[in-house]
Amino acid sequence: MKVPSSIVPYIQVAPLALILLVFFGIPLVTVVVVSFFDYVNFQTVPAFMLYNYEEVFTSGLTITLYLTMLKYSVIVWLITLFIGFNVAYFLVFHVQSLLWKIFLFLVCTVPFWTSNIIRMISWIPVLGRNGLVNQMLISLGLIDEPLDFLLFSDFSVIVAYVHLFTLFMVVTLFNSMARIDPAILEAAVDAGASRWQVITQIVIPLTKTGIALGSIFVVTLVMGDFFVVKIMSGGQSSSAVYAMWNEISMLQYPSAAASAVILLIVVVLMVVAILRVVDVRKELSG
Amino acid sequence: MAQYRKRSWTFYVLATFFILFVLFLYGPMLAIYILSFQGPTGGLTFPLNGVSLHWFGALFEQQRTGDFAGSFTRSILLAFLVMICTVTFSVMAGLAFRRRFFGSTAIFYMAVASLVMPGLFLSLGIGLIFRVIDVPTNWYVSALGAQLTWTLPFGLLIMFAVLSRFNRSYEEAARDLGATNRQTLQYIVLPILFPGLIAVALFGFTLSYDEFPRTLLTVGPGNTLPLEIYAMTTTVTSPALYALGTVTTVVSFAAIILSLGSIAIIQWRRGGRFRK
Repeated sequence: MKVPSSIVPYIQVAPLALILLVFFGIPLVTVVVVSFFDYVNFQTVPAFMLYNYEEVFTSGLTITLYLTMLKYSVIVWLITLFIGFNVAYFLVFHVQSLLWKIFLFLVCTVPFWTSNIIRMISWIPVLGRNGLVNQMLISLGLIDEPLDFLLFSDFSVIVAYVHLFTLFMVVTLFNSMARIDPAILEAAVDAGASRWQVITQIVIPLTKTGIALGSIFVVTLVMGDFFVVKIMSGGQSSSAVYAMWNEISMLQYPSAAASAVILLIVVVLMVVAILRVVDVRKELSG
Repeated sequence: MAQYRKRSWTFYVLATFFILFVLFLYGPMLAIYILSFQGPTGGLTFPLNGVSLHWFGALFEQQRTGDFAGSFTRSILLAFLVMICTVTFSVMAGLAFRRRFFGSTAIFYMAVASLVMPGLFLSLGIGLIFRVIDVPTNWYVSALGAQLTWTLPFGLLIMFAVLSRFNRSYEEAARDLGATNRQTLQYIVLPILFPGLIAVALFGFTLSYDEFPRTLLTVGPGNTLPLEIYAMTTTVTSPALYALGTVTTVVSFAAIILSLGSIAIIQWRRGGRFRK
């Protein structure tokens, strides 16, 4: 039997499309539908009501929660962008041997393939009251009392996020910087541009796509975070996702679904805002 | 050119920055690997109170630290399943996307949306569906599907990158010489793409092995390793937690070394053949 070549792509893409449809499309619709349902005594009852959304919006807790998460994502975004830019710039423009470039790039990416939870809790013995940083500072005589703000605070939450997610900035920025023709930079230098001008007027505009993609990764990962805030803040604050998890464990599926929909809308708005600034598709094809 | 390429002060500043970044990445991880060899009387922080394998032994005593062995086996099996599905399906889809076909844009956007979707949202949705159709969730159906919504888009994006560098004239040459579609795929396309396939496999394995939110509500009665570790962070206050960290990292490193090593060997052998 000969398969007509026009339907070959459909056969090839079918498994992926089917899996995404069943395990992404249908669940997405289900959550949206359930967010309008009612729940009585831990039982979910089909209905159409906006109560779940009213509940989320009128609770001052939600606003604080989202403001905290936004604060974390902006701070983490700025730090990861700064680190990612400098690391990628070093790898692309300063390391000259290709073998070293690949090796150092792999050194940066290997942690990505290991467990996130383990990488996160590895900060506990470092930042804790009797941790390495405090021990070192005390033995150097810089402080007398251990610093308490290091662990289970905003500080440790941000450190953990930066540790987990900087990689996405490094990889995406490396990718777009590597496509810049070094001749352009040489031309700029020959024409008398300063280092700073080369960076702001050539490198940054040409790496816009990488910056946008990296930002999307970092922002969505922070907003979708489950446990980093919970564990690294010592249980003092929680993430939007963790709040949702609490509702799920109390079997309040409709209100959890409403929180999920709101979270998704916030994340999508952030992604759209980033794409507004940089048209990734145009840049990728162009 | 020489002026720009000369090692200027910025090279040294950025090199120092890079070294600090690498220390920041690896330092804390090293700390817990060392601490996992803590003596039986040692605690969660330095200094080491003797050196022992005590805490690795403690992992296998079920009552104390939960079902480590069970979740470990489950995670490895699931990661292999996810890896096989991810490689097969994203390679097929990648090949399909080389041509424009009706619905290709929609499928591409669905994949991207699936990638940025908050994991617990998806977990909740799949959990609810299984509840409605009254089928118990389990790791080899619902959790497998949930993890694939995360690994398949990754695999697809890697395939895009791999295929954009693939020279189609090899394929055309094979056809001109009378190869069938199947032969072209088997003897030309797949061998050339092989290093890329290993990369997809590495991502499939490690992303699944570490997956948390999507698995949380879809895994059913038995935990996977990340869920087990998360549970331990709240109940276990001994270096056994670090020992678990060391064990999981050894598995991750084995996967990384195996895949990167085989890519290196393939590329090296190809280079050699070209030179002859």
